[in-house]
Amino acid sequence: MTATDLIRMSAAELGAAISAGDTSSVEATTAYLDRIAEVDPEVNAFLHVDRDTALDQARAVDARRADGAELGPLAGVPVAHKDVFSTKDMPTTAASRILEGWRPPYDATVTARLREAGLVILGKTNMDEFAMGSSTENSAYGPTRNPWDLSRIPGGSSGGSSAAVAAFEAPLATGTDTGGSIRQPAAVCGLVGAKPTYGGSSRYGLIAFASSLDTPGPFARNVLDAALLHEAFSGHDPRDSTSVDAPVPPVVEAARRADVAGMRVGVIREFDGAGFQPGVLRRFHEAVELLEALGAKVVEVSCPSFDAALAAYYLIAPSEASSNLARFDAMRYGLRVGDDGTRSAEEVMALTRAEGFGPEVKRRIILGTYALSSGYYDAYYGSAQQVRTLIKRDFDAAFANVDVLVSPTTPTTAFPIGERTDDPMAMYLADLCTIPTNLAGSAALSVPCGLAPEDGLPVGLQILAPALADDRAYRVGAAVEAALADRDGGPLLARSPMAV
Amino acid sequence: MSAITRDEVAHLARLSRLALPEDELDRLAAQLDEILSAVAKVQEVAQGDIPPTSHALPLTNVHRADVALPGLSPDEALAGAPAVEDQRFRVPRILGEEE
Repeated sequence: MTATDLIRMSAAELGAAISAGDTSSVEATTAYLDRIAEVDPEVNAFLHVDRDTALDQARAVDARRADGAELGPLAGVPVAHKDVFSTKDMPTTAASRILEGWRPPYDATVTARLREAGLVILGKTNMDEFAMGSSTENSAYGPTRNPWDLSRIPGGSSGGSSAAVAAFEAPLATGTDTGGSIRQPAAVCGLVGAKPTYGGSSRYGLIAFASSLDTPGPFARNVLDAALLHEAFSGHDPRDSTSVDAPVPPVVEAARRADVAGMRVGVIREFDGAGFQPGVLRRFHEAVELLEALGAKVVEVSCPSFDAALAAYYLIAPSEASSNLARFDAMRYGLRVGDDGTRSAEEVMALTRAEGFGPEVKRRIILGTYALSSGYYDAYYGSAQQVRTLIKRDFDAAFANVDVLVSPTTPTTAFPIGERTDDPMAMYLADLCTIPTNLAGSAALSVPCGLAPEDGLPVGLQILAPALADDRAYRVGAAVEAALADRDGGPLLARSPMAV
Repeated sequence: MSAITRDEVAHLARLSRLALPEDELDRLAAQLDEILSAVAKVQEVAQGDIPPTSHALPLTNVHRADVALPGLSPDEALAGAPAVEDQRFRVPRILGEEE
C-alpha cells in the first residue's frame, strides 16, 4: 500500500486495514508525518509535531496487536490533538505566549482516552489563544490557513484541527466547542464536526475558557469517522464534576443507520434570511429539500430568543473567562516577567499578564470583569443568564414537536485572513448560528452540504438535537452525506485543491 | 453617551491585573464601547420574572467517595514553576514595605 493509499482512506477503513494486517500503525503514522512535513509549512495547522514520540506510540500499538490484545476500531489510527488538551509528553500552550513551552504534569481525560483507544497523537494543533476566536488569527504563533484557499481563515477556535484534517495531514482531530469552535471550522473547511451534549465529554485537563460551555468533540472527513472518535473519548469521568453519568449516545450505530424516513426536521426561521450569504442559503435550502426527498417531514420552527443568543454569549463566556484566566498569575507555572527583586508579586503578575496574553484575551478579560462588577452585574451578567433560560425554553418547545432542528452552520463561507481582525463584533457574528446550542448544553453536528456558487467554498449544514440525543444528529448527518455523495459523484473533500 | 469610559477601562485593567499601556487603554475603550452597546440587547429581552440559568445541567452537589487518590509528587508540581527554592514556589514579595 502506498502512502497516498493510506492517506486517502477514511479512519474507519484505516483502522480495519491495520487490524487485518494489510498495513501497520507505523506505516500509516509515517505516511501522515511525511505529509505534515510536506504541506504544513504552508498551512501552519500544527504548533508541535514530534516524529519520534508519534512513532513510539505507533510501534507500541503494533506491538500490542502482535501480542494478541483486543483493540478498538481506531487502534493505530493517527489523530491531531488541539493544543488546549493537556499532554504529558508534549508542550501544551493553548496558543498563548503565557504558556510557551509548558509541559503539563498530567494528561487530560480526553488525551488519556485517545491513548487507551490506541490512537496515535501526531502533534498539537494551532488555535485561537485560549480558544477565543473564530479564525485562528488570535494564535500567538501565527494564523493557520484554509486548505481550500490559503488566503482565507480555517475557522476557529479549533482552526488548526480543521485545517489539518482538510489538508489530509491527519484523518481525525480533536477540538473544543464553546460557542461554535468545532462546527464553524468544520463548516468552512468542508468537514464533519460535532459538539457533543455538554458533560458528555470530559473537561478534566482541558485548559478552561468558559466552564459552563466548553465541550470537547471530534473532527473527521465523514460522519462515521466522527462518530467513532466521539465514542472513543466520551463518557462519564469522575474527575469532572459536570460530567454526565449516562451511557454515551449510540452515535456509531446512528452513523451506520443513516436514514431519516419519518423523522421530523425543524428549519429555524431566525437563521434563514437577512445577513446570510446567498450561496450559503442556497446550499442550505437544497439540503433541506434533500431531507424531504429522503422521507423526513420538514416544518418551519420559530425560536425567537435565538436573536439574543449572541449578546448573551458575549457576556457569559467573557465573564467565565475572566475568572478562569485569573489562574495565570506568574507564580506556579508559565511565563514570569519583571521579577527583578524590586517589584511586588502584584506588579509582576500585571506585567506578565499584559505581555503573555494577546489582544482578544485581554479584551474578554476586561469585558467579563465589567459584566461581573457590582452595579453592572444585574444589567449584564444577570440579564444574560435570563436569556439563557429563554433559549432553553425555545429549544424545549421546538423539540416537543420535531426530532432535530437545522440551520446553516455559519452565515458566510471562510472570509479572507485579516478581514475582521480590527472589528471584534464582525468576528463574533461568525458564531451566530452555533451559540444557542452551547447556551442550552444540547448536541449538534455540522456536515458539508456543497460549495457556495459565488466563491466555490464549503458550506455547512448544522443539525441540532436535544441533550443526550446526539445520535439523532449523526443519523441525519449520515443520511445527508450519503445522498449528497450520490448526487455529486463523491465526497465534497475530493474537490479540495489539497485533496490527495 | 458611551457605555464605558477610558477611566473605567483603566480601573478594570487594574482589577484584572493587566499592566496596559495608555494607547492600549484608548483602543480597548473604543472597542468595549461598541461591544457593550451590542450586548446590551439582553436587557430588552430579559424582562420580567425569568429565572436565571447558570448551567446547562441540573446538577447539584456532585461528591466522590472520601478516598485518597495519588496526586502529583513535589517535583512534578514544581516542574513548570518560573522559580523554585527549597522545594517551594519562589515568589516576589507579597507585602508592601510598610506592612
